[in-house]
Amino acid sequence: MPTWLRLAPGLTIALLIVPVAAGLMAALLPAFGYFPPLGGTRFSLQPLTDVLSAPGIGRSLFVAAFVGFVSPLIALALTFVLLACVWDTKGLHAVRRLVAPLLSVPHAAAAVGLAFLIAPSGFLFRLISPDLSGWERPPDFLIVNDLWGLSMMAGLVAKEMPFLLLMALAALPTLDGSRRRMVMSSMGYGRGTGFFIAVAPQLYRLIRLPVFAVIAYASSVADVAIVLGPTTPAPLSVRILEWASDPELATRFTAAAGALIQVVLTLMLLGVWILGEKAVRFFWLRFIASGIRSGGGKLPRVIGLTLSLLPMLAIAFGLALLIIWSFAGRWRFPDILPASWSLRAWEQLGGGAMELAGTSLVVAVVPTIIAGLLIIGCLEVEHATGKTGGSRSLLILYVPLLVPQLTFLFGLQFLSIVFHVDGMITSVMFAHLVFILPYMFLSLADPYRRFDGRMLEVAAGLGMGYWRRLLQIRLPMMIGPILTALAIGIAVSIGQYLPTLLIGAGRVPTLTTEAVALSAGGDRRALAVAASLQALLPFAAFWVALAVPTFLARKRRGMQIR
Amino acid sequence: MPNSFIRPLLVSAALFASANIASADGLADFDALADAARGETVFFHAWSGDPTINAYIAWAGEEIEARHGITVEHVRVTDTADVVGIVLAETAAGRDTGGSVDLVWINGENFIALKEAGLLYAPDGEGWADRLPNWAVVDVAGNPSLTTDFTVPVDGLQAPWGTVQFSFYYDSDVLSQTPTNLDGLLEWTRANPGRFTYPQPPNFLGSTFLKLLLAYTIDDRARLAEPLLADEAEDALTPLFAFLDELHPHLWRSGRTFPANQAALRQLYADGEIVIGLANNPAEASGAIARDEFPASTRSFVFDDGMIANSHFVAIPSNANAPEAALVVANFLMSPTAQLRKQDPAVWGDFTVLDVSALDQNIQDGFAALDLGPATLTPTELGPAISEPHTSWLTAIEEMWAARYQGG
Repeated sequence: MPTWLRLAPGLTIALLIVPVAAGLMAALLPAFGYFPPLGGTRFSLQPLTDVLSAPGIGRSLFVAAFVGFVSPLIALALTFVLLACVWDTKGLHAVRRLVAPLLSVPHAAAAVGLAFLIAPSGFLFRLISPDLSGWERPPDFLIVNDLWGLSMMAGLVAKEMPFLLLMALAALPTLDGSRRRMVMSSMGYGRGTGFFIAVAPQLYRLIRLPVFAVIAYASSVADVAIVLGPTTPAPLSVRILEWASDPELATRFTAAAGALIQVVLTLMLLGVWILGEKAVRFFWLRFIASGIRSGGGKLPRVIGLTLSLLPMLAIAFGLALLIIWSFAGRWRFPDILPASWSLRAWEQLGGGAMELAGTSLVVAVVPTIIAGLLIIGCLEVEHATGKTGGSRSLLILYVPLLVPQLTFLFGLQFLSIVFHVDGMITSVMFAHLVFILPYMFLSLADPYRRFDGRMLEVAAGLGMGYWRRLLQIRLPMMIGPILTALAIGIAVSIGQYLPTLLIGAGRVPTLTTEAVALSAGGDRRALAVAASLQALLPFAAFWVALAVPTFLARKRRGMQIR
Repeated sequence: MPNSFIRPLLVSAALFASANIASADGLADFDALADAARGETVFFHAWSGDPTINAYIAWAGEEIEARHGITVEHVRVTDTADVVGIVLAETAAGRDTGGSVDLVWINGENFIALKEAGLLYAPDGEGWADRLPNWAVVDVAGNPSLTTDFTVPVDGLQAPWGTVQFSFYYDSDVLSQTPTNLDGLLEWTRANPGRFTYPQPPNFLGSTFLKLLLAYTIDDRARLAEPLLADEAEDALTPLFAFLDELHPHLWRSGRTFPANQAALRQLYADGEIVIGLANNPAEASGAIARDEFPASTRSFVFDDGMIANSHFVAIPSNANAPEAALVVANFLMSPTAQLRKQDPAVWGDFTVLDVSALDQNIQDGFAALDLGPATLTPTELGPAISEPHTSWLTAIEEMWAARYQGG
């Protein structure tokens, strides 16, 4: 292997750490009042006290913490319940196919779809109105934007589950489920109990960092909170954005301090979670030692499946409703379907939409390919040296996912302006690269490491050089996982709102920025058009990732996807 | 309120005089300036939540391209305060020219923030809007909000684009007798709980509603033109919050949550959750009927003693990359052709800033021929205009509102 390839890991680590660290530093100074251009020439604790004395701040912090802790917990529990139900069955493949498209639905679009499903004027209430309920007008129930953030939590659970499932499905094969199942069965355990005893503890260890990323995400998410979260007061993340966009200059310091508190809050949640792990471990061991073998049977399985599929079904259903909205003319309560249909929303976005889709695609594809090359480089070095870097390198990988996006993007935006690279499409691509890398690495690393090395040894024995072995044996045989990783890269990139907006200075419009801009404007139809298109691109990428390997493998039995 | 009328007139008269004196710069020869700007690109940052407005901006861009060879890029904006943030961040980073914002759709708080920070383009240290050719037909005498934005003198630092007056829309199938004042509104909400609400301040529309309430609860409206002193705030705002305390339990969701913005409010009305809504632009409801969003039975009403009116503008940041080209765009946006098209409810429905009687006969006929739509009140029906209070009032109201109703 050429020596220059050995630079790949270092370069990748720099790409993950430097922007985050630089962004954090640039956000930290104003949090302590130091930012000369805005008149902050002395360090002070005033911004922090301003945050902590803002009206309703206790409640804002509580909701952020509550949602940030409970929604990952529910998502994780449901993920395990679902896996316990389908573990070592054909159902597992069905779940595998379900995951990718659901993962590609942008958060904002999913939240809007869900809101329309469960709101008092929404689809479910329309189903029973006016005949069953007697409601001629939507009832005055507080469901969406409820004070406890429950509907926000529902939206997050539904979007976090596919991510955790994806990670769990990637980790599951290393645990050799079939044999564990046989052992558990021989000892008289049913499928469900067997999973929780023999698989779940080790599986959790493998997906622990993804769970942490979910906690960091859920405690600092902005777009879902804006659509579904409480407003009196809003969760911390939304209030930070409000401070940041206040025309009064002094509140920018407050925003920076809020962003700092956000990091502390997220870290505290992670700490509490880690303590919780110990408690769960204690009870788990007692449960295993108890030898209880119940929990099999049909009924728990049906209940488990229903519960765990419900959030994802809600997302799929919400998205379908959004698509109907994009073609709707008049559609009032309590009509279940539109009273008239119209293409107006699609025509209005028209040619502009193609341009936006083009930008979205370019901004997604370029960093995805760069990330793909870097990751393959890293994994090749790892293969050659036998060093995986262990848990520390895994932690580095998670840095961009564990530090709240909002916080370091503020700093990055400032730096991009200092260096005159804001508003350039290359800067936006660079910002996307930082967020794409971890997801793609996580998806590709495992299949790459499990590749049967004997193939390469045979090839070497036949006199093939390094590049031929890589380009003619390994990469073609891994086309499936590679394309999936690329599709994930594209999906993640297309979902990025804050990096595109802040680093792009609004000059790099994509389908996502358009969708969020339209959601500020309200015509649900226009929003539905942008959101449908936004979901369509990653969906197409996943379809390609599935279709191409199937096509290539039609005459190669060993490569067929089982 | 004679004072609030006379002062802006004096200010604009003074500026007009100074404009005639300043002739050394490019603005004196506008055609030469426009020629020099040919081939440049103007990044126009404008709120983009309404597809009809986006379509109008796209049309204007094409016209300007055809007439002046200047490209207009509409930069999508969800909140104009973000644009203020961009300009601030850029100048903070030392970029005093070549900035990313050439033209911004703006008014009120955001304008004042930029003006006070000295971040507005001012060739030769003076305003430019009153030196543009089309300024001659702007309705300076008839519309004080064109020269005084939220009690702050405009000083030609932003060019008027449109003017609006606050109004309510409602479903005439449900509501036959519309309220004419605050007591009427309170009485109706009490009888129809959960069918009225307003966007959560500091949202622009929600804040405007609170300012309307302020104008109706304050002992003397003339006070609103003066800054609110901190030690007077408590007393001056007591009647307003007493009214809100009475109103809130009868609002949508019992006032425990509020819609985020104008769009969310519109959606609530379209879904039939509320029966009375608020609009900043009098043509909003008619447009929504035409798009099949609102029921055809939607109509508008105003309170008898006037409604808040204000104007919106376009401004050029001091660090704009193409300020001359932006001047050309601003001038086109207030041209009779562009203003007539903008007021067409089928296009946008935003009221003109021009003195229609001073325009060519065919343009006058065009304005007269506009069908305002079933739910749009005519300027006469809209009744008296209440000027925007000094921003200190709103700041105090928003603070008290948050402390009182946002505590969770």
